[in-house]
Amino acid sequence: MSETSKNTSKIEIRSLRKSFGSNEVLKNINLDVAKGGVVALIGPSGSGKSTLLRCINLLVVPDGGSVRVGDTRFAFGDGAKLPDVTTLARFRATTGMVFQHFNLFPHMTTLQNVMEGPVTVRRMAKADAETLARAQLAKVGLAEKADQYPATLSGGQKQRVAIARALAMEPDVMLFDEATSALDPELVGEVLSVIQQLASEGMTMVIVTHEIAFAREVADRLIFMRDGIVIEEGPARQVIDNPREAATRAFLSHFHRTGALPPANAVS
Amino acid sequence: MYQWDFGILWSYRWLFLNGLGVTVGFTVVIVLCGLLFGLLGAFGSLSRFRALRLTALAFIEAFRCTPILVQLIWFYYALPILAGVEMTPITASALALSLYGGSFYSEIIRGGIVSIDRGQSEAGAALGMTPGQTMRRIVLPQAIKRMIPALMNQSIIQFKNTSLVSVLAVPDLVYQSQVAAHDSYRPLETYTAVAVAYAAILIPLTIIVRRGEKRLAVSE
Repeated sequence: MSETSKNTSKIEIRSLRKSFGSNEVLKNINLDVAKGGVVALIGPSGSGKSTLLRCINLLVVPDGGSVRVGDTRFAFGDGAKLPDVTTLARFRATTGMVFQHFNLFPHMTTLQNVMEGPVTVRRMAKADAETLARAQLAKVGLAEKADQYPATLSGGQKQRVAIARALAMEPDVMLFDEATSALDPELVGEVLSVIQQLASEGMTMVIVTHEIAFAREVADRLIFMRDGIVIEEGPARQVIDNPREAATRAFLSHFHRTGALPPANAVS
Repeated sequence: MYQWDFGILWSYRWLFLNGLGVTVGFTVVIVLCGLLFGLLGAFGSLSRFRALRLTALAFIEAFRCTPILVQLIWFYYALPILAGVEMTPITASALALSLYGGSFYSEIIRGGIVSIDRGQSEAGAALGMTPGQTMRRIVLPQAIKRMIPALMNQSIIQFKNTSLVSVLAVPDLVYQSQVAAHDSYRPLETYTAVAVAYAAILIPLTIIVRRGEKRLAVSE
């Protein structure tokens, strides 16, 4: 099921198809993300960008095509056997995901949330996991919130904990699914600056976002999707500043394109 | 005007204590076995496999939709004839009450599990947990909190349902008090005392559970 590829890209998606019932959400998608690359996926709601992101870590199982992350490749469609739960789990452990609604574990403290992956999945000793978790919390500027429950945190803090939780698995790839869409405007900046910091450290990332200015700043490639197909793809600045396609232009006209990053505060 | 005389019950104290012991012991057994059946029924009804789902559904509805008194009599009298399984009154009533309680626990447990936001299992899966690990570490700890009031309620009903085993001559508190009432010609005092005994056990329990709930709610 897994094979080593000589390709240098970290993520490689070929001819990906996915339907929910009669609704074809992804139609023959191809995508490559270089090691250390940051790709932003933009597009109107219902364009399939979140489904595409979820196909990368197989939270959504595609109907056809193939997905490769690092050295692990899965093929789907006629004749292909669906991967079993253990294979899937092992694969997902190498990718980190951050959700729109944080999905923190409310019955655990912040520290326990971040320790959960290392302890349960990587079978790390509790003490080692705690050291790692505290380091990740410090990285997102929330070291002093370790013993609080998620319910006591602001939206921006919750999302930074969620990022720390994903990073604690020391993933090869980070996937962001509209990570700032559920936040109050004044809290967006602190989350974006954490993501930007990750980009500058060379983390391979795929970011589904509505923050066009942020995408322009942080992503090196930008993909505009609509109705399950890639309409336009290219260097982020080029696509945003000079879109070739009319559909891309129409979509981007809904946004202010100042190119400026929202102010970062709260992150040390 | 009726002249109450509770003093007369004192001479039957060992009979009552004996019966109370059987009632409490019985409750412990049928609550534990019932929770086990409930867990099986809940996981069965949430299974990916159709056959398992249908089996669980058949079990739940068979025991939820028939009267417990009929089930007790059926397990004791009908099973030996139909299946050739001989059972003592205690085994028959323990089994019937456990399955009956289990059918209700199943629905409580299933409801608790499905009430947890899908995002929680997705977050577990995204970390690389198997479905089993996600269930144990993420979903169940949250779901159990929500289930506790309903599970407690059902267990209270189970405790009181044990009084029905007297029809199979299992010497529980109600059965022993029947003996005492016939012997003393004081049914009013006897059954009043029995009612008080049930309440005296249940009310402190409900208070403890209510306190526990509050403590659990702190982390929400």
